[in-house]
Amino acid sequence: MNRYGADPASIRGLVRPDCIHRDVYLDPELFELEMARLWRNAWIYVGHDSQVSTPGDFYTAQIGHEPVIMVRGADSRVRVLPNRCSHKGTKLVGATHGKCQAGVLRCPYHGWTYRLDGTLRSVPLKSGYAGIDSESADPLHGLPEINSFNYRGFVFARLAAEGVGFQEFFGDSLSSIDNMVERSPEGRLEVAGGVLRYLHDCNWKMYVENLNDAMHPMVAHESSAGTAKRLWSSQAANVPKPMVIEQFAPFVNDYEFFEKMGVKVYPNGHSYTGVNFSIHSNYSSVGEYERRMIATYGEDRTRAILSESRHNTVYYPSLTIKGAIQAIRVARPIAVDKTVIESWTFRLVGAPEEMLVRTATYSRLINAPTSMVGHDDLHCYRAIQEGLASASSDWVSLHRNFSPSACGTGEFGATNEAPMRGQYRAWAELMTRGGTAAA
Amino acid sequence: MSMTSAIELVYREARLIDEKRFDEWYDLFAADALYWMPLSHDQPLGEAHTSLFYEDKLLLKVRIERLRHPNAYSQHQPSFCQHVLQQPAFEGEPGSGLCVLRTPFVYVEAQRDRQLMLAGVVYHHLVSQSGDWRIQMKKIELLNREAALPSIELLL
Repeated sequence: MNRYGADPASIRGLVRPDCIHRDVYLDPELFELEMARLWRNAWIYVGHDSQVSTPGDFYTAQIGHEPVIMVRGADSRVRVLPNRCSHKGTKLVGATHGKCQAGVLRCPYHGWTYRLDGTLRSVPLKSGYAGIDSESADPLHGLPEINSFNYRGFVFARLAAEGVGFQEFFGDSLSSIDNMVERSPEGRLEVAGGVLRYLHDCNWKMYVENLNDAMHPMVAHESSAGTAKRLWSSQAANVPKPMVIEQFAPFVNDYEFFEKMGVKVYPNGHSYTGVNFSIHSNYSSVGEYERRMIATYGEDRTRAILSESRHNTVYYPSLTIKGAIQAIRVARPIAVDKTVIESWTFRLVGAPEEMLVRTATYSRLINAPTSMVGHDDLHCYRAIQEGLASASSDWVSLHRNFSPSACGTGEFGATNEAPMRGQYRAWAELMTRGGTAAA
Repeated sequence: MSMTSAIELVYREARLIDEKRFDEWYDLFAADALYWMPLSHDQPLGEAHTSLFYEDKLLLKVRIERLRHPNAYSQHQPSFCQHVLQQPAFEGEPGSGLCVLRTPFVYVEAQRDRQLMLAGVVYHHLVSQSGDWRIQMKKIELLNREAALPSIELLL
C-alpha cells in the first residue's frame, strides 16, 4: 500500500499535539519513508573519531539502510563516505573496522581504488574508459563525500545534500557532550571496552522514547533493581556497597525522585533528563580521579563539571548518551519492528582505570542482551508492538502534563511526556521537509 | 579428588539449570566464584571491558531471585532451556585440588513460539573444597558473541 509517500498532509495527520497514530510504529511504508526522509534529513551518529585514530583507519556503519565508511584521511580529517564502489556498487569495505592497505580503499571485485578522501585513484586497464565523457559518467568521479560534522570526537553525518546545519539542529543540547568530554582530565574520550549489540524486535522509536521516560523504572525494573536492593538491605550499614548495588538501586527510587530530577526539551526532538540530579548522582567517588580533575580544571570548575549528572540525553533520532557515566546507546533501525541497539563505552583519557570499570559495569548490567533490566524493557517494547495491533483505538497517548498553551520546549518535571511530544513534532517535520529529501 | 566426579559436576551443573533447580545450582559455586561470558574474542579477565555476564555470587543471587519475582514481566511467559554438552575434557594436567575442563556445547532457549540456539565452549575451573568440587570460574565462550543478540533470559 502506498498511502503516505505522496501525501505530506497524511503524515502530519499522524501526529497530534498530545497523541500519535499507532501507524508510526506499525506501518512498513512509514518505516521505509523514515529511512528515505527522516534518517537522511537528520544528523545521524556514525561513530567516534577515536575509533579511527590514525590515517587510513576505517570504521563502517549504517545510516538507515545505507552503508557508510568513516575513515581518517592522509590529512588526518575524518570523513564519511558511501560504502559502495562507484562502478558496480560493491561494498568496498567488508570488515566492521580496520586499516586501509597502502592508504587506499580497494574494491574487492574489479580493483578500483579510491584515496581516503573518496577521489578515484586508479581503475585497472583504464584505457577501456578512453573517450568516455567523465563529466557525464558519475562513476569516474569517485565516492561522493557525505556531509559530516566532528563534534568533540562524535562524528555525525547527514545524507541529504541540503538541510539544517549541525549546530542549528542540535543547538544547546550539545552541552551534554561537552560535559561528557570535560569529565576527562585531558578533555578527551576514547572508545574502550567493546560494543554490546542487542537485537530489539520493536520499532526504534519505542527505544528512543524510553530513554526520557521517567515513569517506567519503578514498575518495569522492580523485579531486577528492586531485588538487588532488597538482597543488599540485610547487610549492616557499615559494609561498603558494591558498585553493582549502587548502580541498580536508584532504578527503583520513588516517583518524587524521578519527577524532581527534571527534563529539558530542545527543538528538533532533543532532550535530556536529570537537569537537577539523576540516578548517577550518588555514586561513590574515585579519589584519584577527582585529584586529577582538580589538577586540570581547578576546584570550582571540577565541582561544576561533576555536579552536572545528566541521566539520558537524546540526540534525535539516533544517539542517546549518558555523559555522567560515559556510555552511549545508538539506535540502528533494521525494519519496522526490528532495531539493533549498540552500547558503546568510553575511557576518560587521563582518568584512573576504575572509571572505565564503572562505565563498563553499568553498560553490562543495563544494556546487555543478558541484562535483567534490559529484559523487562524489551518485554515492554515488544508488548507495545504486539498490543498496538489492536484497533480498539488508533491513537497512542502522550497526554501526561500536556498543556495546549505551552510551546513544548523548556524545562519540566521529568515525568512530563514533553520529550516524546517534542520527538514527534521533529518526526513530522523531518518526514515532510520539502526539497531536502533525496528519495 | 576424583576426575570422574569433576566430569559429572559439569553435566550436573547444566542439568540443574535446565531443570531450574537454581538453589542447588548456586551451591555448586565457590564463595568467590565468577560466572563469566566475555563479549569479545581474546578478552582479558576483568571489568574494564564489557562482558555479557561477569557475575559474582551476589549478582547470581539477584538473577535467581529476579526469575522468581512475580513482576519479572519478561518471564510471565516462561523460558525453558536445554544444554547439549560434548564430553568434558581436561585442559592441561589436573592438580590434586584444582582442574580445568573444556566442554563444547549447544544451548537452546525457548519461550513459546521463539527459540534461540547458541553454541560455544565452556571452561569450568574447579577447586576442591571439603571433599567436593566447587566451581571457581565458569567461563563461557559464545561462538557468536559479536552478533546482535536477542534477549538471553536464562543461564548458559
